[in-house]
Amino acid sequence: MSTQASIRTAAATAAPGASAATSARPQQPRAPRQRRRPIAPYALIVPSVIVLILAMGYPLIWQLITSTQQFGLAQQFGQPAPFVGLQNYVKLATDPYMWTVILRSLAFCLACAAITMVIGTLLALLMNVVARWVRVLLQITLLLAWAMPVVAAMTVWTWLLNLRSGVVNWMLSAIGLPFQGHNWLINPISFFGVALVIVVWMSVPFVSFAVYAGLTQVSGEVIEAAQMDGASPRQRFFGITVPIIRPVISIVLLLQVIWDLRVFTQIKLLQSAGSVKSETNLLGTYIYQLGTGSSDFGMASAVSVFVLVLTVAISAFYVRSMLKEDES
Amino acid sequence: MSGPSTGSGNNKIRSGNNRSKIRTSDRVRPSKVVYSVIGVIAALIWVFPVYWMLNSSLLSNVVLQDPTPTFLPFGGSFANFGAVFAGGTFFPALGMSVAIAAIVVVFCLLFAFLAALAISRFRFRGRRGFVLAILLIQMLPAEGLFIAQYKLMSSVNLLNSVIGISVLYIAAVVPFTIWMLRGFVAGIPVELEEAGMVDGLSRTQAFLRITFPLLAPGLVASGVYAFLQVWNEFTIALVVLPDNGSATLPLWLQGFIQASASRATDWGQVMAASTLVALPVIFFFLFVQGRMTSGLVSGAVKG
Repeated sequence: MSTQASIRTAAATAAPGASAATSARPQQPRAPRQRRRPIAPYALIVPSVIVLILAMGYPLIWQLITSTQQFGLAQQFGQPAPFVGLQNYVKLATDPYMWTVILRSLAFCLACAAITMVIGTLLALLMNVVARWVRVLLQITLLLAWAMPVVAAMTVWTWLLNLRSGVVNWMLSAIGLPFQGHNWLINPISFFGVALVIVVWMSVPFVSFAVYAGLTQVSGEVIEAAQMDGASPRQRFFGITVPIIRPVISIVLLLQVIWDLRVFTQIKLLQSAGSVKSETNLLGTYIYQLGTGSSDFGMASAVSVFVLVLTVAISAFYVRSMLKEDES
Repeated sequence: MSGPSTGSGNNKIRSGNNRSKIRTSDRVRPSKVVYSVIGVIAALIWVFPVYWMLNSSLLSNVVLQDPTPTFLPFGGSFANFGAVFAGGTFFPALGMSVAIAAIVVVFCLLFAFLAALAISRFRFRGRRGFVLAILLIQMLPAEGLFIAQYKLMSSVNLLNSVIGISVLYIAAVVPFTIWMLRGFVAGIPVELEEAGMVDGLSRTQAFLRITFPLLAPGLVASGVYAFLQVWNEFTIALVVLPDNGSATLPLWLQGFIQASASRATDWGQVMAASTLVALPVIFFFLFVQGRMTSGLVSGAVKG
């Protein structure tokens, strides 16, 4: 349906010279639209463009400029920041702590994305084979988890993991493990384990729903035909189901990687629930600390620019596939 | 785990699949029972934190401090909710959140609707660049720009203001909203409008009487999406609304987490507060879930 509409508009644009021929045909009312075309679309996008330039474009340019300036004590007293070229970026590339934060962020992001994908896909496959009531139950519960606002989810998880009266410590103690009064956030490894569980808990529903939507595209007739031709369940799965859901899986995986790079809220809130910041910083919280804590806007901007470039690089494939969708 | 192997039974019958499914599950396969048990366990694990929030919100602090948890809210009350309301900080935060959400939803829908019309009904120079820009901007993380946005807001004296943060939110939400509405607009054939014009309507009339009503579900879904984004947003609010007095609900709620690190916390009240923040979201979320999934993976999943 949408394809048809866009083909028609495309055809109309392609031949402005042929408008005489077009208007000779019964679809005459098309003519006024053609006359208006040069201005109308631009007028329509102007509000969005203005707000995007104000709130995104300007800060972006400020950030690029600021990332070449040096901020120190003098700038906190109002001195203009001197231009230092790429010095902030050099510092960024040679600072071992920065590398720790980058690698930590990437490792955390990839671990979250991989585990989310595996669990999400398994749950989608599960939905496909269980009785109807079990599927509906799973869908409702996943929806509830997905709908939880991130800050509310974080308060609940801090309560679940509360060292004195949290239910997690109680359960682990009840089965005989030494978890009474255990503090989950003080050790960085355990801190990231907790963060991973929370991020995975929040992201699995989207993956499950998207993959399940993909699975419903697998036609019963095709599977049945394959079955009659003697294909084993395993062959049917890898030969039919997997190729059909592969596009969904790749797009969802990409989105997960992009989203799991932006876990500022989760990490920031877990940090404020009690942990050593320098040992648990990821890129987002590090930028926050540089910008608001030490007012080093030059370095904060340089790291931000790095994060933006990284995101755009990872998104390129997704954006390309969406553009294709737009043009189809 | 090669789950789908049991799918074979379901696919034998094309029509009346409801009955046939019952029939296949009657012919009990042991693997099917195992899968159902796993499914129920997974459902319980996923819903537990949500349940625990509701359960704790109904119990008194004395009960909650007991090392042995209380799993059912018998003998509970809404006292925690009363205490949250009486605390005096909930309603100002609610007011902030509602005001910001209202402004953002209205302007975002208007701007996105116009832009969606432009990209789905017209081919024009710069169209591809515009589409590319909104797709890219939609991917940018708030962490990558928030320090610059903080400096921008402080330089124009709009820190702690509803207007300032609303502008940032509109810009953050408008790209995906345009993308979502584009799908809806493109789904309505131009021919419908043209038919109306043949019957004597002006172009504007044809649009208002034919296309616009068909777009209503799309506008509602996009509006709810924008609302959810704004209602839940934490990162930008944290830097642009530094005053406690101008906190939105997420900022207000995180105050409890911060306090819990240093002193004894009334978890019953915190859970009641979380419930209050989460309820409207859960309610609205059920509306748009399907649209959001297909908007994000459109192209890979049809319909």
